[in-house]
Amino acid sequence: MKALVAVKRVIDYNVKVRVKADGTGVETANVKMSMNPFDEIAVEEAVRLKEAGVVTEIVAVSAGVQACQETLRTALAIGADRAILVETDAELQPLAVAKLLKALCEKESPQLVILGKQAIDDDANQTGQMLAALLGWPQATFASKVKVEDGKATVTREVDGGLETIALKLPAVVTTDLRLNEPRYVTLPNIMKAKKKSLENLKPDALGVDVKPRLATLKVVEPPKRKAGVKVPDAKALVEKLRNEAKVI
Amino acid sequence: MALLVLAEHDNKTVKKATLNTVAAAQKIGGDIHVLVAGHNAGEAAKAAAQIAGVAKVLHADAAQLGEFLAENEAALLAGLARGYSHVLAPATSTGKDIMPRAAALSDAQQISEIVAVESPDTFVRPIYAGNALATVKSSDAIKFITVRTTGFDAVAASGGSAAVEAVQAPADTGLSSFVGREVAKSERPELTSARVVVSGGRGMGSGENFKLLEPLADKLNAAMGASRAAVDAGFVPNDWQVGQTGKIVAPELYVAVGISGAIQHLAGMKDSRVIVAINKDEEAPIFQVADYGVVGDLFQVVPQLVEELKK
Repeated sequence: MKALVAVKRVIDYNVKVRVKADGTGVETANVKMSMNPFDEIAVEEAVRLKEAGVVTEIVAVSAGVQACQETLRTALAIGADRAILVETDAELQPLAVAKLLKALCEKESPQLVILGKQAIDDDANQTGQMLAALLGWPQATFASKVKVEDGKATVTREVDGGLETIALKLPAVVTTDLRLNEPRYVTLPNIMKAKKKSLENLKPDALGVDVKPRLATLKVVEPPKRKAGVKVPDAKALVEKLRNEAKVI
Repeated sequence: MALLVLAEHDNKTVKKATLNTVAAAQKIGGDIHVLVAGHNAGEAAKAAAQIAGVAKVLHADAAQLGEFLAENEAALLAGLARGYSHVLAPATSTGKDIMPRAAALSDAQQISEIVAVESPDTFVRPIYAGNALATVKSSDAIKFITVRTTGFDAVAASGGSAAVEAVQAPADTGLSSFVGREVAKSERPELTSARVVVSGGRGMGSGENFKLLEPLADKLNAAMGASRAAVDAGFVPNDWQVGQTGKIVAPELYVAVGISGAIQHLAGMKDSRVIVAINKDEEAPIFQVADYGVVGDLFQVVPQLVEELKK
């Protein structure tokens, strides 16, 4: 069966983001960009399902600027078979991305779509759920374990109280949590191989999707900074401060 | 204008996150209705009717709603949403699962994890793990919103006397089914609503060593938490994780033990009123946000702290 994985290009996990002085957003010029870490887990999971003989083909997809090709090449290097970029310079919000992915799912007919649970830039945590809604498919968010057999997916989810397991009819949408797997390191031979894999380029119009944003960002500011407090020499002094100064115990 | 709040509950009691969400709805303004969707959830519906400031409780009761599966919950919510200007849910694992699905069914772009209300269509939400705050204005007819509970002080759980109205749930979609749940049993307060949180990090060294924190948590009546590093190392269960991708907490007192203070962790606790850090590395970033820091070996400092608290 075919699996589709969606990947997003975001500011690298290790970069300390800076808010632009004019309050329009965060600084992205000359900043290292990488695949959203949760999406890396999604690609890895698809590759493991392929290695286990469950999945036969993995299609990696992304939506955004031309440079998203690099992100897709990374997905191909991890082990995706081919890639599709929906190229646009427009700002894409989760509902628009879900609509683009729906169009791609109708074109590709995957049995399983795996996405990261959230992107570490907008922290929206929506696209997978929205895609499942638009397709009328079941969803399993925050997956920490995925088993696919007999036409269904059994997924263990990380929920507030602990873990929950649900069964989904296929086709289905799964979003990944951190502990689903540990993505492999991409090796040089695989990067070379990835360069030869197919990468198709589409435009939102060709998919008949209106990507107009519904949310206007009015301003972006730095959060109020917390001031560093004082160091105290020992437990005794700490308890004294907590009791008499902070009055919190 | 009327607003609909999706209640977080366990079919018997209403969770505190609902009270924070009602508070956010009050900031927007209008009649507040609360939806209790579950199975044999009459007790929860009664509890919701007591919440201060709630005008009406909608109670949908059906077997297929008993485990809060997103497919059935979202279908119900999207159907009811048409009568409202705003639909809100707490940004809990349940709310985050259901709400975007309901929003997409209604062709609306959800506004995730708001921490402040500027006006009925304009909200503030953290992005980049809380390293920036964005003010966003929605152009959708119905606003679907998840609420970061630490951003709004809970309304009172009692004092209200709303009418409870039964609503019909749509038929079971049959797309998914509940298999099981492993819920960590604990006598301690719940992490996201505790007055005091004691968290351990990689510096704890092992899961066994987390026992060292128990007397401290007992003494302070605290919930126990952990950094992602400690969870990834398998020291403690995943639902203890505080941070960007775990739980967001804002207790009166947060005690970070053996936690270096990675950005992702700070994102989950920096709104705490008082932060205490115990770490042997005086350069650890946690000290930059801590009100009180003790540089020292946690294996000595923590037991001493427990002794001092007994005095």
